Amino acid sequence: MKDFLEGSHAVAHAVKICKPGVISAYPITPQTHIVENLAEFVASGELKTEFINVESEHSAASVVLGSLAMGVRSYTASSSQGLLLMEEVLYNIAGLRLPLVITCANRAVSAPLSIWNDQQDSEALRDAGVIQLYVENIQEAVDLHLFAFRLAEDPRVLLPVMVCMDGFVLTHAYEAVDIPEESEVDSFLPPLELREKLDTENPLSMGIVSDARFYMETRYAIQETMKEAIVIMPELKKDFIQITGRNLNVFFESYKLEEAQKVIICRGSVSGTVKEVVDEMRDEGHKVGALKLISYRPFPTEELYRALKNIPLIGVLDRAISLGSSGPMYTEFKALFQGKEGTPKISGFIGGLGQRDITKKHVREMFEKLDGEEITCEFINLNVEYLMGARKYT
Amino acid sequence: MRQISIHARAGQGAITIASLLGTAAFLEGKQALAFPHFGAARMGAPMDSFVRISEQEIRIRSQIYEPNYILVVDDTLLRGYNFFQNMIPGGASFINLSEQGYLPEAEGISVYCIPADDIAENLFGKRMGNTALLGAFSAGTGEVSLDSLQKAIDKKFDGKIADVNKKAIEEGYNYFKKKYT
Amino acid sequence: MFVNITCKPGTTRNIETGSWRMGLKPKFLHKNCKACGLCAFICPEGVIEGKEKNTFYCYYNYCKGCGICAEECPGQDIIMVEEGEKV
Repeated sequence: MKDFLEGSHAVAHAVKICKPGVISAYPITPQTHIVENLAEFVASGELKTEFINVESEHSAASVVLGSLAMGVRSYTASSSQGLLLMEEVLYNIAGLRLPLVITCANRAVSAPLSIWNDQQDSEALRDAGVIQLYVENIQEAVDLHLFAFRLAEDPRVLLPVMVCMDGFVLTHAYEAVDIPEESEVDSFLPPLELREKLDTENPLSMGIVSDARFYMETRYAIQETMKEAIVIMPELKKDFIQITGRNLNVFFESYKLEEAQKVIICRGSVSGTVKEVVDEMRDEGHKVGALKLISYRPFPTEELYRALKNIPLIGVLDRAISLGSSGPMYTEFKALFQGKEGTPKISGFIGGLGQRDITKKHVREMFEKLDGEEITCEFINLNVEYLMGARKYT
Repeated sequence: MRQISIHARAGQGAITIASLLGTAAFLEGKQALAFPHFGAARMGAPMDSFVRISEQEIRIRSQIYEPNYILVVDDTLLRGYNFFQNMIPGGASFINLSEQGYLPEAEGISVYCIPADDIAENLFGKRMGNTALLGAFSAGTGEVSLDSLQKAIDKKFDGKIADVNKKAIEEGYNYFKKKYT
Repeated sequence: MFVNITCKPGTTRNIETGSWRMGLKPKFLHKNCKACGLCAFICPEGVIEGKEKNTFYCYYNYCKGCGICAEECPGQDIIMVEEGEKV
């Protein structure tokens, strides 16, 4: 049913109709509204779920690890410092092959303290074995949450899936959104059946020591599963489209790439602004396009290469930075073309850290800069007046 | 696309009226996007919320710098910054202000002062003029109808809170009609 | 792709951890034993058994030689001795 909802509320609805057996979370801005709404559903009896209050994000993640080990569908959400506190447990959840669905309401990481949005927090979880999907708008957030449960729990995958939505920009925005019916979800998402789970009738040890003879194989298996997920995701997407009647992109969205000479690659809510500029510049006769990355892990290398191979000038807009190197997405896309014929010129931009606004003007400037020398790591919309230069100790 | 920015202090209901405005537009079959931008995360700190209304899909996510309309829920904010300076010519601004008070220079735009807090105080004893201001906005711009705003209230609130706010919207609407048309 | 990272309880019996001992092993003197059972209760590996007074013993194939039993025995009836000594 179509309704005008706040992003957090819409996500809470999406989680509710997936009927998790256990929800555990600890409040942190801008994630709080999501679990507040879920707690209200539980309190009013609309959702029959064990809602477990805890004293930290580490505990929240540990609780859902436990409930998933028992074979119960589970959900949590966090942001920023909270997500980093969960990190140690999230590595375990991935290593134990438990199908958690977690929402990251993307927020900058301290210090200095910033409650505002960028994508540094989920970027820090990049290598944890967690599948990461980034959403552009609230509808995509709802749809990809349903998809996330199905993907995580697919017996061929069994990995945690994190849906990353920009804090405030999406979590606190109101937009028209179509929430699927519970019956649609029931036919898309079968009940969770784990082959191996903790069960007093049939005891089993989980989380065993794995010395140098065995550990590497566990990592290899996750890596192979990530590759297999590239094949599985389009399959599940077909099911989703058939059941809901709504299109869904799961790897990336190509926007006006046909005959494009210049393309900006972006991720999350800023993609809408980029597409708007693409339309304006196309009207002025410029051959420009955009690519919105959704699945960051697994990184759909082949599919991206096919989509981008004829584009001579590419700009990558990162809303996070690997300090001491460059934008993390930028390095991925550089690597993508390494050794391939006709490598494009790829420039890297860092923008929107701590929710510094990215307006149409900034996107246009990026497109213009693609004509010049290749840029590795340029900060856009930087306020140079605040910079003091090298600090002097006298 | 019409862009509206709402200036208030945290706790004065700027997000509420942004969402009501968006909901009303949604109920009229239009596309809408409403979103806040917080300053310091505490009550009383200046904050903004924004609404975009369009007949086409709204994709742009940046803040609004050149609004067609502005709503100022707390007139003391006007002392620090001239909100009118970047408005689109021909735009309209709605200020929660009784007769006496400071107003910055405004050129090429209409400035309407609505004693929204007084209206609210008479109705329910609290100086929460946000919804009354929204009623005046409806009367002055016609972007959303009074009826849609009332329906939006019913979607968001129940009981007495819904009743008094619907009344506040109506009185804000009538005040504008009486004074400015 | 998956790797088996769970196991059935009891499968550690296949691993004889007695080889982990580093020079000392417990000796049950069977002189002053009151059959309190504390040694069997606190053994981290659960490899001490016995019922009556002066009947307690341990499985040396699994005993890691931690010495907790000798430390805790109220009658000082267990002592740690060199690996080579006959027990």
